[in-house]
Amino acid sequence: MKILYFAWIRRSLEISGETINPPKNIKNVKSLVNWLGLKSKKHKEVFLKIKSIRIAVNHEVVSLNNKIKQNDEIAFFPPFTGG
Amino acid sequence: MIKIQKKNFNFSEENKKLLKNNSGAIVTFIGVVRGKTKTKKIQSINIECYLKMAEKKLEEVEMIANKKWKLNNCIIIHRYGKIKPGEKIVYIATSAEHRKNAFKSCEFIIDYLKTKAPFWKLEKINSKEMYVRLKKKDEKNLKKWENII
Repeated sequence: MKILYFAWIRRSLEISGETINPPKNIKNVKSLVNWLGLKSKKHKEVFLKIKSIRIAVNHEVVSLNNKIKQNDEIAFFPPFTGG
Repeated sequence: MIKIQKKNFNFSEENKKLLKNNSGAIVTFIGVVRGKTKTKKIQSINIECYLKMAEKKLEEVEMIANKKWKLNNCIIIHRYGKIKPGEKIVYIATSAEHRKNAFKSCEFIIDYLKTKAPFWKLEKINSKEMYVRLKKKDEKNLKKWENII
C-alpha cells in the first residue's frame, strides 16, 4: 500500500510518503489512520489532528469509513488552496 | 486542454489558440501572486501539488464545463513550485458561441480549482513560511455549482 503525505503533514513527518504492509484487519481508512498513528511519535502527533486532514484513495477524496485494499494509493493532506 | 507546470506561461500565445474556433465570446481569468496580505509583504509563494490527482481533477472540471456550457474550447493552466509576487499562477480561458456560457464556465472552473484541485500554497512573509488556509468564501462560492458537480 502506497501512502503519500502533502503540505504540513509531509513537513511534520519529514517524509513525502511510505510503502506499508498493514495487517489484514486494516480494512478501512479509519483503521489505517489508527494503525499509522502507532508508527512513531511524529505519526501520532499528526494523526491526532485527523479532523483537519483530508484523505484521498486512488485520487478521489473519501471519508474515514471508505474501504481500502492492499494496492491502493492513499494520500493525506490539508484542505486544498488551489487557483 | 489542461497543463500543470512549473514554468511561467505566455497568455497572449494561449489566447491565440482560442481564436481558431468560430466563437462569439472568449473569457479569460489569470490568477496572480499578490504583493502583500492585509498588512504584510509577501516575498514568494511555493505551490505544492499532488500531480496525478491534479491532472485527473483538471480533466474532470474541463469535461464538466465543456458539457454544461457547450464550450468551443477550454484551456486550464495551473503552475506549481516557487512563484514570486506579480507572477501568474493560473490561467483559465473558455470560448463559446455566446458570452454567458463563456463567463459562467470560467467562473465555475476557478471556483472548482480553489477547493477541489490538490494544490497547497505556502506563503513566505518576513522570511517565515506559512500554509494558506482554505477560505470560507471559497467553499461558499463552490456551493452555487452543487447541481453540476
